[in-house]
Amino acid sequence: MKNEWPLWEVFIRGQHGMSHRHVGSLHAPDAEMAVKNARDVYTRRNEGVSIWVVEARHITATNPGDKGPMFEPSESKIYRHPTFFDIPDDVGAM
Amino acid sequence: MYAQMIKTAGTGVKPREEMTPEEAAFQDKIDADIKIEPKDWMPDDYRATLIRQIGQHAHSEIVGQLPEGNWITRAPTLERKAILLAKVQDEAGHGLYLYCAAETLGVSRDELTEDLLSGRMKYSSIFNYPTLNWADIGAVGWLVDGAAIMNQVPLQRTSYGPYSRAMIRICKEESFHQRQGYDIMMKMAQGTEAQKKMAQDALNRFWYPSLMMFGPSDKESVHSAQSMAWKIKIDSNDELRQRFVDQTVPQAEYLGLSIPDDKLKWNEERGHYDFSEPDWTEFFNVLKGKGPCNTERMNDRKRAWEEGAWVRDGLMAHARKRAARKVAAE
Repeated sequence: MKNEWPLWEVFIRGQHGMSHRHVGSLHAPDAEMAVKNARDVYTRRNEGVSIWVVEARHITATNPGDKGPMFEPSESKIYRHPTFFDIPDDVGAM
Repeated sequence: MYAQMIKTAGTGVKPREEMTPEEAAFQDKIDADIKIEPKDWMPDDYRATLIRQIGQHAHSEIVGQLPEGNWITRAPTLERKAILLAKVQDEAGHGLYLYCAAETLGVSRDELTEDLLSGRMKYSSIFNYPTLNWADIGAVGWLVDGAAIMNQVPLQRTSYGPYSRAMIRICKEESFHQRQGYDIMMKMAQGTEAQKKMAQDALNRFWYPSLMMFGPSDKESVHSAQSMAWKIKIDSNDELRQRFVDQTVPQAEYLGLSIPDDKLKWNEERGHYDFSEPDWTEFFNVLKGKGPCNTERMNDRKRAWEEGAWVRDGLMAHARKRAARKVAAE
């Protein structure tokens, strides 16, 4: 049986009020060890207040080849941005 | 430089007319400074060269722990010991970031480790020199980490996303390493006559091996040209070496130590220091395994890998058992 430890992706909340952000990955036999290793590797200098780990094989990602059909449709919908609408200065802050 | 003499795969830079549409689109992205990410299309040679380069860099971080680990139990004060422990721990972390970056290219960490242990992959020549006294720990931080920073700072802009991100993280931590080394050197250089002698002796022994870290001149190399076109090498070896000498000479002067080179002289016209080349025969011998500590380093790595096998296997067996129990309970 292959005994290489599985790969985990590590997400850290840098400060209270921020979301968790992907910071890197590591190998660990299980979730508990992954959290411990993430603490030692990725928060040695006060980088975080909370850690998430998830086994890399559980992540579903978009395919780079589908970038066009996935993301281009939003490019033409500029009316979704507030700056699309001209509001006269006389109206005041909006 | 932690990656030396990396053989670039392929036959050099292809003229644009000879590129396939995929290759041309790939080169356009690199020229426009758009990062290449793991699932993006990339030429096989780009992938192979990066695995070699990042792998060698990772191995260097790990083997680099050994010469410094040598002094953890003999550090002169508790504070110095804690600092050195933290630094060696950082090196393990740097190795991990880099192995993870290499793994995104489709090679596993165990495969990389096995390639190191079988001698198929190398680590930087610098770690085959011994650390004989406490001043050597200062010289390693100041010179070896200093030379590594020279190489790693430009690599933060490398074209491969995961490698670039690993470099950014490493550079943040690396400057602590260099400063702690210089701090040791200052203490010794301002100390007793005996301490000053130790500091000078450490500089004498580490100067040329540090210059060798950048590798021999590669300005004529077609392989280098390809790596530069791919932006996995940013500056030539000679440029980096010159930058290192220019930066280090005034630091040595401040310490009141002398660089062991009679030819070292400021060249007003060039705006750089002239200096002697290291002995490249020695360099190639060290790469071939004939350095003072090659055998010791490899034996240490092999022993750690073999003697740790039961722990790795045991923890994996435990994890599998617990996972099975959890499934059974559900």
